[in-house]
Amino acid sequence: MLARRLSLVGFGLVLVVATFSWAGPRAALLVLIGLGFGLVLEGLRFGFAGPWRVLVTERDARGLMAQLLAIGATAAVALPLLAAAPGELAGAHAPVGIGMILGAFVFGAAMQVAMGCGSGTLVNAGSGNLVGLVALVGFVGGSFAGTLHLGWWTGLGSLPVITLQGVAGHGGGLVLTLAALALVGALAWRHALPGRRLPPGRLWLAAGLIAALALANLAVAGQPWGIVYGLGLWGAKVAEAAGADLAATAFWSAPANAERLASSVLTDVTSLTNIGLLVGAFLAMRWRRAPDAPAAALSAAGWGAILLAGLVLGYSARMAFGCNVGAFFSGISTGSLHGWVWFAAAFAGSVLGLRLRDLVHGLRPVAVAERPA
Amino acid sequence: MSAPVLSRPTVGLIALALVTALVALDALRAEPVDPFTVPPPSALGSGQAPSGAHCSAG
Repeated sequence: MLARRLSLVGFGLVLVVATFSWAGPRAALLVLIGLGFGLVLEGLRFGFAGPWRVLVTERDARGLMAQLLAIGATAAVALPLLAAAPGELAGAHAPVGIGMILGAFVFGAAMQVAMGCGSGTLVNAGSGNLVGLVALVGFVGGSFAGTLHLGWWTGLGSLPVITLQGVAGHGGGLVLTLAALALVGALAWRHALPGRRLPPGRLWLAAGLIAALALANLAVAGQPWGIVYGLGLWGAKVAEAAGADLAATAFWSAPANAERLASSVLTDVTSLTNIGLLVGAFLAMRWRRAPDAPAAALSAAGWGAILLAGLVLGYSARMAFGCNVGAFFSGISTGSLHGWVWFAAAFAGSVLGLRLRDLVHGLRPVAVAERPA
Repeated sequence: MSAPVLSRPTVGLIALALVTALVALDALRAEPVDPFTVPPPSALGSGQAPSGAHCSAG
């Protein structure tokens, strides 16, 4: 056991050092931050899709409360940081639009079917959940496909980018953000059953660590924590290697995206944290004395449904300008109105997804253990 | 018909192998990183505008 754990620590260090030697100190720091995300999300069982599910099905608000705590703690530092260093740091700000709202709604439904959100899919794959791995493959394909049609979806109509600090000033934006988080927390508290309201110590710790890592991500990368862009980039690189000409597409011919496509994946900030996150989840899984039970045994139709759900997750996240991380967590914690609209639309979609989930997982031939997504 | 149930460590290793294959494929095709032009360790305090891409950007 000790030898295995030492080898896991060594593996993590080798990854960071190799990234440093290949792509420099910022890339190494981002992989290290990603490792931290993976270790916390998997090791402390901090998730997004699962807590939304149990809030609806079991009136258990503890996981959502932990999410709100993490977002609030991040916002309390991130918003003043953004105000202090506007030339060096950027928020996760995107416009609210028809395609964005529809994408968030569909994402919310799909994440309940795939039993994982943006970060959850990476964590599940890294921690050895075959459902997560299949969903991740679909997610990569879907987020790439979404880039090909993003212009069409945004063309359906959207508002300009609106931030709470833009509306109410820097201090007012923070007050509004924290007040809105408190309001959501109060509603969840009221809805939850007694004993299922306050997060356990594990989730308080996880929320604090996630906030600290998100702030480190902002300071090091210059932008908030994100997932989807990196996965879409992975899909684009695979497509290009297979012979696709992406220079003819609006998204990948835009200068910033063309540069990312031509450059090493180890220069893309979200790819670096995604890689670290997946490896961190693997390390956390192997750290345990015994791994959890294999997570899935589905029929062929069930596997197809999971792949499709992953595809839809990726596509809809691209439509929605982010997933639970880039839009919900980072959007809200950096004052973007689209983060709040994403939350409302995705939560409504999640309620629908819970019904679809029963249908898809009813295709499962044997009973298997499930873990929080 | 159902797929054989793979253990978590096996599936985790497959996930790592897929990511490694992606990075290796990319290393063969993408421009190599110039060690003299890599950004400073932290964007905060660098004096440089953020240049990364994010999912919130179109």
